[in-house]
Amino acid sequence: MDKALLEIRALECVRGDKQLFSELSFSLEAGSLLHVHGPNGSGKTTLLRAIAGLVLQECGEIRWNGELVTQQQDEFNRELLYLGHHYGLKFELTGYENLKVFANLSGSETSEHEVEAALTRFGLAHCVELPVKVLSQGQKRRVALARLLLQPSKLWILDEPFVALDVAAVELLLEVIRTHVASGGMVILTTHQEVAVEVGSLQHLHLGSSVRQH
Amino acid sequence: MFNLFKFASPATFYPLAGRLAMGFGIASAILLAIGLYMSFFVAPTDYKQGEGYRIMFIHVPAAWMSMLIYVVMACWAAAGMIWHTRLSSMMASSLAPTGAMFTFIALWTGALWGKPMWGAWWVWDARLTSELILLFLYIGFMALESAIDDPRRAARASGLLALVGVVNVPIIYYSVQWWNTLHQGSSIKIVDGGVESSMSEIMVWTLLVMTFACWFYTIAVALCRVRSIILEREANTSWVKELLQGAKS
Amino acid sequence: MLAALRCMVIRDLTLAMRHRSDVLTTVFFFIIVVSLFPLGVGPDAQLLKEMAAGVVWVAALLASMLSLTRLFADDFNDGTLEQLLLVPQPLALIVLGKVLAHWIISGLPLVLMSPLLGLQFGLEGDELIMLMVTLLIGTPVLSLLGAIGAALTLGLRGGGVLVSLLVLPLYIPVLIFGAGAVTASAAGMGADGHLSLMGAILLLALALAPWASAAALRISVE
Repeated sequence: MDKALLEIRALECVRGDKQLFSELSFSLEAGSLLHVHGPNGSGKTTLLRAIAGLVLQECGEIRWNGELVTQQQDEFNRELLYLGHHYGLKFELTGYENLKVFANLSGSETSEHEVEAALTRFGLAHCVELPVKVLSQGQKRRVALARLLLQPSKLWILDEPFVALDVAAVELLLEVIRTHVASGGMVILTTHQEVAVEVGSLQHLHLGSSVRQH
Repeated sequence: MFNLFKFASPATFYPLAGRLAMGFGIASAILLAIGLYMSFFVAPTDYKQGEGYRIMFIHVPAAWMSMLIYVVMACWAAAGMIWHTRLSSMMASSLAPTGAMFTFIALWTGALWGKPMWGAWWVWDARLTSELILLFLYIGFMALESAIDDPRRAARASGLLALVGVVNVPIIYYSVQWWNTLHQGSSIKIVDGGVESSMSEIMVWTLLVMTFACWFYTIAVALCRVRSIILEREANTSWVKELLQGAKS
Repeated sequence: MLAALRCMVIRDLTLAMRHRSDVLTTVFFFIIVVSLFPLGVGPDAQLLKEMAAGVVWVAALLASMLSLTRLFADDFNDGTLEQLLLVPQPLALIVLGKVLAHWIISGLPLVLMSPLLGLQFGLEGDELIMLMVTLLIGTPVLSLLGAIGAALTLGLRGGGVLVSLLVLPLYIPVLIFGAGAVTASAAGMGADGHLSLMGAILLLALALAPWASAAALRISVE
């Protein structure tokens, strides 16, 4: 548990010609949660996307298991689950089909039953066969979140995962996150929600005018 | 190589580019004056084509430059992708307008030359057609670059396009040539050797001087352009701010 | 690897089947463009026969390009594209799957329609078969090369027009050999040379274009 799996060293990201943050360093070991704080435009989303490998950083390194992420993209992607602002769902496909595509592409053997179980857990048992476009915003978000239960990824990167969820779903998601961290998983998230974990460590990172960490 | 990488930083390159641009600009102006004098007054009248052939002295260098600049541009783009040096992609984009200009000059002078020689402003000759396609490639490069707001994405995307283009250029060139030999009726015969075989030594020299004038012009203009690109993209860095402060006071 | 490729193709085909009108639009565009030429140049049978291969081919280029802008745009807008970038599979493979599906949706119908249009222009027997064969080899190249342009212009204003500016010059070799093969076979010369060159272009595009598109996607998604 003491070995840092994810290491960020002297990371700098720019958008357009604006520098979002620089000299950002932190590390994360198994069984921990990193809560990224910061006002709008402070680069929270960019940081998460940079770690996921969607944004090319200006300088600095991102290491997984001691090696540069760029040199082991497939291995890293297998350990990674990133959920961003977009749902990442095809609206014409059913919730079931959406999940099945990603399960197939990530190479995991996922049975029909498991997919249905994941959807049921998020309270979507009745919409398994409905195209996603007829679902409400909160239901769409829940379909996307059901992927958390299906893929055996170690590192979850969640950008505002609580948006559009009702109270019950927020509780459920918190529960899922706690379980993941308790079983040695890692979560990096941005949210205005208070997130507490009983097992494992909780870190905070504040982006903004001055970058500090405690 | 280390020296090169030192100058790969925009801050050190900016003043150097200024001095180089000045030098190449002067050299190009002198060569152009000599070259134009030679092409109009020194080179003899061609026994077959009369005075009209003199347009060759601008047409041929322009056509050479148009192709060469695209390759150089693609090399800069490749360097930018491999080493992630900002300057390389700036060089690539600073070359594109000059390349497009030379392509246009080559087409235009080709048409002017073609009228007395072939009796038509435009013939679907293999080289003219390839040159036209090259112009499309340049325009595509510039259009893509200007359509993207984020300068970093613009540089990377247009660099990739230049590389895709340079792989395709030979394929396009040979296919156009093949198409041309297939479809070419006997009505128009373009004898390339018409000029070159009968070219006197002085003509070759004139052509060389003009080519070097174009070369130096390209370098000078590209450096000037890269200087403004540097200022634009690095506007928020401290060295540019200091530079502007210095310029004001 | 193959499972991932199959999964991508099936996914995109399923999506297309739920939007059938999009597929039909491309085919009808193809038919209309081809049908406009006789109206433009007059009903002279001999002239039309000479033009047939070129006209059908140019229409195929335009039709294939029309559908290109949607190749990645829908996935980009709903965020599935960034998810596809993050699956533990080579991105070039994912791109290849999408291109293959795109060809089945927009290229294959053109191949199947082409003999009918060839008949309208007075092509016969061998020429019709040759037209189909060249389109069969050529349209995948159009999808492969087009994917690069579609990836580069992702999310840009005026992306559709820009894509044609970037991609059409790259289509020229395919156009020359494709239309050339039909003309050559109509003139009684063998078209083997044309066909093998088209095959070579197809292999080259198959080997390089998915990588270039993948690189372009990474740039555009950022």
